[in-house]
Amino acid sequence: MIRTGKVDWVAHSILLLGVALFVLPVWLVFAGSTQDSADIARGDMSIVPNLSQLGIYSSVLTEAAPGAQPVWRMMMVSFGMALVIAFGKIFISIMSAYAVTFFRFPFKMLCFWTIFITLMLPVEVRIVPTFKVMAGFNLINTFTGLTVPLMASATATLLFRQTFLAIPDELVEAARTDGAGPLRFLKDILVPVSAANLAAMFVILFVYGWNQYMWPLLVATDPRLDTIVIGIVKMIGHEALTEWNRVMATAVLAMLPPVVVVVLMQRWFVKGLTEGDK
Amino acid sequence: MERRTIFDGWLLPAMLVLPQLVLTFFFFLWPAARAIWSSLERQDAFGINSEFVGFENFVDLFEDPLYLEAVVRTLIFVFFVTVIAMAVALVLAIFADREIRGRDIYRTLLIWPYAVAPAIAGVLWVLLMDPNVGLVGVGLNNMGINWDYRLNGFQAMLLVILASAWKQVSYNFIFFLAALQSIPKSVTEAARIDGASELHRFRTITLPLIAPTTFFLIVVNVVYAAFDTFATIAATTQGGPGRSTETLVFKVFRDGIVNVNIGSSSAQSVVLMVGVILITALQFRFMEKKS
Repeated sequence: MIRTGKVDWVAHSILLLGVALFVLPVWLVFAGSTQDSADIARGDMSIVPNLSQLGIYSSVLTEAAPGAQPVWRMMMVSFGMALVIAFGKIFISIMSAYAVTFFRFPFKMLCFWTIFITLMLPVEVRIVPTFKVMAGFNLINTFTGLTVPLMASATATLLFRQTFLAIPDELVEAARTDGAGPLRFLKDILVPVSAANLAAMFVILFVYGWNQYMWPLLVATDPRLDTIVIGIVKMIGHEALTEWNRVMATAVLAMLPPVVVVVLMQRWFVKGLTEGDK
Repeated sequence: MERRTIFDGWLLPAMLVLPQLVLTFFFFLWPAARAIWSSLERQDAFGINSEFVGFENFVDLFEDPLYLEAVVRTLIFVFFVTVIAMAVALVLAIFADREIRGRDIYRTLLIWPYAVAPAIAGVLWVLLMDPNVGLVGVGLNNMGINWDYRLNGFQAMLLVILASAWKQVSYNFIFFLAALQSIPKSVTEAARIDGASELHRFRTITLPLIAPTTFFLIVVNVVYAAFDTFATIAATTQGGPGRSTETLVFKVFRDGIVNVNIGSSSAQSVVLMVGVILITALQFRFMEKKS
């Protein structure tokens, strides 16, 4: 299909337009974060960032706005939440996927369907009773409450099940002849063989955990458990805002970590996403 | 589908599925069952006693003009978010699939918004469209357009639709691009040699071949627009002005958690639950046919 050096102008213009559509909002917010908040409040904002003002980022990270937690702290809660959810989900899903693919046990199909059914029960359709269960377990305003209930995952289980089903029988037989028990097989063979899927799953779940909004809103009212996503929404919700540059800097910081993870692990992530969900 | 080689024993696998099952039971099944049960009950004003009322909550719900308005509003919202997010993504994917210079860079630059939280997408759009501070919002007002989404319901709806669709484009882009790339180049090339025009090729070859992906994405986008946009709306309009951007999920949250109207909120939850079950069933039935 490569033709004689002709530049495909149509394709370039459309793709550039698309890129602009995504980059521009972020660019403008970044530019705004480096400017004087009084200028922004007057609606008088430059689209060129003032690079001498990048210090705003360290100031936003360490100094708390009145009545709020400092941004670094909210970022830490978000990091903790995203990592614990991602690893927890992967751990729990690998175990259950392994059980339903490599074993035959009573009520196996029942177990499988029970896991499967969670796909149909997002938190939005069971808000009030879920809150009550959380309160009953004393999990409101705890880090455990923020993370553990989100660890059940049909999506990850189904994905790992698919990966495991594709493992050649010879590999299992060989491991068995070498005297590897089921747990050895899982740890030393299955997990390393599925490394690419694990990486993809990690990206998807890290983003999932970082981006949570309704769940922390529901189970964590204590400001010390505010994630950065909750924090920034609270910030723009205040009526008399003055420090627009700080708000914009916080918005940039709030979106940075998951974006970095996706960009760095792009290859695995795209492959895992498109192969897994179908 | 089953594996041929299988390990013996039932205790180990039982222990392995246990954590998943425990979490599922306590945080999914039990609350869902409770939701169904409370949708059949009505509490007194103090929230102390409740009595069984059968389907009365549902009857009230469907006789409530506010609820019916929210249903229609949600359908409109979901429709536009899905159509915009998918159409833009398809166009971008078609051109990103061409053999052009800098293809990989374009891809990276179009994929990263996947990582942006729905809430953050809302925040970005507020910072952009605010009538007093946002660059675009101020610009619109300077151009003589009376832009203020906090007073104008139509503009508020437009804002939440755009913010929600903006966030979802890259997800659709990833899937459309993968689907387009899996079409063997020889097929389109053969049609080209036979003299089929580009549009004709797209309509008769490409479109049917990416139909399964398109269907899958419709389901995903509908679920996204109906459920995940709670955060986008919370960050931008909080359902307002008035109720003009209050979707069904936003209403459930408001009625259940803010206004503590358990009976009605549970009935609303159950209606949504039926919706998700229907969509998921549809999706899996379709996928079974495909494979």
